[in-house]
This record gives sequence, C-alpha cells and structure tokens, in this order.
Amino acid sequence: MASLIGSYSLSFGLFFSILIIFFSVKNLKDAEILDKKIITFTFIQFFFVVISFFGLIISFINSDFSNETVFNHSHTTKPLFYKISGTWGNHEGSLLLWLLVLTLFISIFLIKSNQQPKKYRIFTLLFQQIIIVGFFVFLIKTSSPFNYIFPTPNEGLGLNPILQDPALAIHPPILYLGYVGSSVIFSSALAAMVTSYVSKEWAKHIKQWVLASWVFLTLGILLGSIWAYYELGWGGFWFWDPVENVSLMPWFALTTLLHCILVLEKKKILTSWAMILSIATFALSMSGTFLVRSGILNSVHTFANDPERGLFILIFLFTLIFLSIFIFIFFHSGKEKLENNFFWLSKETSILVNNWFMMYFLSVVLIGTIYPIFLEVLTANKISVGPPFYNKLILPFLIPFLIAMAIGPNLNWVKSDFKDKFYITIFLIISFLLSALIIRQFDINFLINTILVTSAFFLFFSTSREFFVKKFRNLSQNIAHFGFSLLILSILFNNIFSNEVITNLKIGETFETEKFTINFENVEQEDEKNFKAIIGKFNVQNLDGSSDILNPELRIYNQPNIITSEADIKTNLLTDKFMTMNYVQNQEYFNIRYQVKPFMIWIWVSVILISFGGFLSFFKKKYEV
Amino acid sequence: MYGRKVKLRFFFILLIITTLTLSVFLLVKSLEENVIFFKSPTEIKTLSEIDKKKIRIGGMVKKDSIIMISKEIKFIVTDFKNEINVVYSGVVPNLFAEEKGVVAEGYLKDKNFFLATKILAKHDENYMPPEVKAALEEK
Repeated sequence: MASLIGSYSLSFGLFFSILIIFFSVKNLKDAEILDKKIITFTFIQFFFVVISFFGLIISFINSDFSNETVFNHSHTTKPLFYKISGTWGNHEGSLLLWLLVLTLFISIFLIKSNQQPKKYRIFTLLFQQIIIVGFFVFLIKTSSPFNYIFPTPNEGLGLNPILQDPALAIHPPILYLGYVGSSVIFSSALAAMVTSYVSKEWAKHIKQWVLASWVFLTLGILLGSIWAYYELGWGGFWFWDPVENVSLMPWFALTTLLHCILVLEKKKILTSWAMILSIATFALSMSGTFLVRSGILNSVHTFANDPERGLFILIFLFTLIFLSIFIFIFFHSGKEKLENNFFWLSKETSILVNNWFMMYFLSVVLIGTIYPIFLEVLTANKISVGPPFYNKLILPFLIPFLIAMAIGPNLNWVKSDFKDKFYITIFLIISFLLSALIIRQFDINFLINTILVTSAFFLFFSTSREFFVKKFRNLSQNIAHFGFSLLILSILFNNIFSNEVITNLKIGETFETEKFTINFENVEQEDEKNFKAIIGKFNVQNLDGSSDILNPELRIYNQPNIITSEADIKTNLLTDKFMTMNYVQNQEYFNIRYQVKPFMIWIWVSVILISFGGFLSFFKKKYEV
Repeated sequence: MYGRKVKLRFFFILLIITTLTLSVFLLVKSLEENVIFFKSPTEIKTLSEIDKKKIRIGGMVKKDSIIMISKEIKFIVTDFKNEINVVYSGVVPNLFAEEKGVVAEGYLKDKNFFLATKILAKHDENYMPPEVKAALEEK
C-alpha cells in the first residue's frame, strides 16, 4: 500500500515539474513579480517527493517484501533503526534521497531569495528543474524503488552488515546535502550568467549556499572516514581509494569556490573563475554518484552495481556540462573593471595562490582516480594507483600551501605589506626547532618531514596568535584555518608515531614485542538478534607496566550470511589503541592486528573545528560589520 | 624599454608555464612509478621475465589450500587454468575464504611464488573485483 502511494507520488511529482516549467516560462515574459503559483507548485512537488520517500520508509519498517527494494535490502530480524537507514543504504533509495534534497533545496531557495531579481530566481528554478526532471526520469525509468514482486517472498535478503552502523546510517544523507547543495550553486551560477547578474550582490547571496554545502560535505566525508576507521578495521582513516577520492574532489572545488566567492563579494573580479568553479563542483558531485554507481571504478568499496544506470547518469551529466559550457561561452561577459587590478602582495593574490594549490591537488586526485579507467579502455591494462602516488605529489606542495595559509589572511585587500615580520620570523624559528627536535628521535627522512612539520606548526602558531590579537574579528575563518593546521599536524604525527603489530595467534598464546606484550586469553560467544558474536579477550601489557583489556569482536550475521569484524578501540586524548581479530575457516589461528595510533581523536576534532568555522560564518553579520 | 606592467605580465606568464610544465612532468613521472598492474595466474605464467615492481594478482582461493601458522598465511590462487602460491603476513579481510575471489598486492618472486603485502578487503559477498570476474569468465 505504502509502496503504491509512493510510486504514484513520484509520477505526480514529475507532473508538477511540467507545470512549474510551463508557468515559469510564462511568468518570465509576462509579469513584473514572481507568480505565487510557481512557489506553491514547487512546494507541492516537494510534498509529493516527501510522501514518496515516507512511502518507502514505511515499506521498510513494515518489511513489505512485495517491494523489490525492501526485499533486496531488508530482513525481518533487522533492528528498526537499520530498517529505516536501509531506505537510503541502497541505490534506489539513495537516489530518491537525492531527489528529496533537490526539491527541498529549491523550495528553500525560493523562500530565501525574495530579495533577488525575479528573472534570476526564475532561471535558477528552471535550471534546477532540468536536474530534477532528470532525476525523476532516472528514478522512474531505470531504478524505481517501488518495483512490485509477485508472489510476495516471506523473507528479505538483508542489508550488508557493514552498512548496519550508526555512522553509516547518517553518512549518505549528510554527504548528499553537500552534493545537492552544489546543484543549487550550479543552477544559480547559470541563471546569474543568463541574466547578467554576476555581481557582488550575487556573491553575497550565493555564499550562504556555498557555505552550507561545504559544511555538509566536510561533515559527510568525516563520517565516512570515521566509519572506515572503526568498521573496516584497516586502522586508517583515508586510503586514497577511488570512492573516497570522488567525494574529496568536489570538496576541493567547493573549498576553492568558497575562497573565490569571498573575493567576488568584496570586488567584482575573478567572475569567470567563480562560474567555472560553480559548474565544476556540481559536475564533480554528479560524476561522484556516477562513478560509484556505475561500477567502472575499480574500488575496494564498490558494491554490486549495474552499468546501465551508469550510462544514463553519464549522458545526463554530459548534457548538463554542455549546457553550462554553452551558457558560459555565449552569455557570460567576462568584463571586469580595469581599476581593480591588484598588487602582487595582497589578500587577492593570496586567495589566488590558495586557488592554484587547490586546483593542483584536485588535478592530482582526478588524474590518480581516472587514469586507470582510461588506460584500461585504451590498452586493456588493468592498473591501480596507490597512496605513494598521492603522498609524493601532494606532500611537497603542502609546505608552501600551509605557509601561504598562515600569512595570507593577514594581508590587506588590493595592496599590502608583510605585517608582523617579527612574529613571522619568531614563529618560523620556533616551529623549525620544535620539529627538528621531534623528528630527530625517529628513523625517518629528516629533511622532508622536518619541513612539513615546521610549516604545519607555523600555521598552528600563527592561527593561535590570531585568536588573541583579533579576538572575534574573522573568528570563523580563523577557527577553520586553525582546525586545518591541527588536522595536518595530527595526520603527520599519527603517521610518524604509529605502531603496528599483525600476527596470527591461537587461544592462550602470547606475542611479545619490545614495546608491548599481547596475551590472547580466550574467546566467548554471544547470541544477538541478527548475529552471533565471537568476542576475543586480549590483555595487552605495556612497557610502563600498565595494561589494557581489548575485546575485538567477530560477528556472524544470519542474513545475509556474512562475517564482519568489529574493532575494539580504546581512545584517550593522546592515543587510540586499536585491535581487530579475524578468523579464517577451518584454522586454529586467529589473525590479530594491534595498533597504537597517536592523536587519532584530534583528526576528527580538527575536521569538526573546520566545519564549525564554516558554520559560524553564517552568523557573521551579527557580530561583525 | 618596456613598461613595468608588461614585464610583470611576462614574468607572470612565464611563472604559470613553468609551474604547469613542472606539475605535468611530476604527475607523469609519479604515475609511471606508482602504477600497479593487475595480472591473473595465467598471465603470470606467460611472462617472459619477472618484474621487480609491485603488482596485483587475482583469482579464486583454491579449496583446502589455506595453511595458517603464527607468522604467515599460505594459500593458492587459481583462475582454473593456472595457479600460483601466495605467502602473506598481514591483515586478512573478513571475506577471505576458500573458494572465494581474492585480490592480493605484492611482489612476484618467480612464476609460482608470490609474496603478498596486502590482501584487499571487499564489502559485499556478491561483489567480485572486475579483474577476477574477467579472469574467471575467460576460462
């Protein structure tokens, strides 16, 4: 029943797209003010998608296996929470979520933009409707979440257990808020070009959307990363896997856009650049969805998928890109006032420098991600590109990037001089001495590591000082930059100080290293609702006499029949102690991985700080003129 | 002779060109060094020489072939035409089992012996790496 309503709602929703487009085009010629009907229709469309979405959720809650999506991805013994999150844990449902957010955002846009010119609003709505219609057709044609199966099966196939996790339940919605937010920026940029409205006012208004998308995208990536850390048991937070990269690329583009918009807001320069970035961000978000869903990416994260759907997204994506290139070439007037030329040392230049570096990082990730696809098409050679590629190309460029980030925000607009030369020098010297002292203790490449840590410390000290000097001025930016320095420091130290042991142990055996002793005491078995748990009991004795009890777990799920391992992590402010256990059929030995990872929690904290900085920017006007 | 502005612009363009060339050069060079090729056991048998570079191999884990001792795990990867012995010490993913698909990364010692440094995890029991699928379909 719920499925049926959901299915009809989708068709009604698509029908309203036609109405909206018709009345918008009519309104464009006729009246001076925006037709109220258009806004009402947009709301009704949103309402229908909400009903459709709830229809799917209710089908999942009731375990209505006559619905194919529910049958494929749910099971009666699954906890209620995961029945609900299972709604968007699959291809069909996640696309419905995309559509839901698309219609939600355009409704919010129409309410929030009533100060903006009528033509601009209507064009944004029209471009957004093109995307919305595309998604409606895609959903209904190739991946309807409401397909009917007869006869109705008694039991569903179940949800992949590694997806049954709180972080992963909210990871897709948050990430999608970021992705879809970029669609509003895209439509709005196209509309602004068509109506020649690329201006300071436009920048001010679209900045809110850029910020919102950016905050959600950052948090979405963070959640995925935290999940990978404790659920996949690889003991890391980033693997340069293609699926991770496709979420990082729009992030780079969006971060660049965020900085570029700041310049555009103050002075009407870099307009073409801002337009290209707006288009690129959305194109990258769409390709992300395409690459993950099409199966052409050779990723360890890939789930079973369907190439036909990929083709549809690809065609749709190319249509949108060609449309935007066409508009950019024929409508965008790149004329910028000449008196706006700026001096080489100024805030504008430093933001441009930021943009260059960001684009460089973006290209590295892009090439690393798509090169294997091209090579396979051209030469049939199957390859993959690993972390060393990214480390080698990104790390050296991080050094000037960090230093520019420390100095840039203190420069003036148009023309500037180095300020606080005294502090810059002092901080550089302190950072260098500190890093050299730390790195010397370790048997690693001294030069590159010292310089890297020095530049990270330099940014850390510079941004810390800002909190005292500037107090509340530029607080949001400063928190974000401070968070970034903390992030880089934590990642570097995490890499340098980490300790790892991988071994196979039988119950009762002990493994000794010079830093700790691991004693595998025993295993216990527990029965849960939808899985059996085998819990290992390990006693780790440290050098200083302290000891930790770690209980990594193996879960044998009944439906689908899959084994997953749950890491046991002991977190404190300084280090994470991380243990996973694995079992290979018919073997006496258990495969054990024990890691001591310093500053792990600070990686998460710093990303939260970064997004908090963005969040704070929303309220900027309230305390700052 | 030339104005300050022209000089500055010239310098600027030069800077951009140098940066671009440098980054393209770096990119291409790193790609060449860090690319990992994928080979099936049959492809390895037909190799004319053993490369020292890291590669990935893939296929099915042969039935009754896993031997686990305290330091390492030994098993045989097969594509049903040819097989190769693998020795591995490291983390075993959850879905690693006999008669299941596997992708291992590491170094080829000779045509029958592969020293793995990583076994790639998979998330979905129905999912099979495209390479394995292709290798199996060829048989």
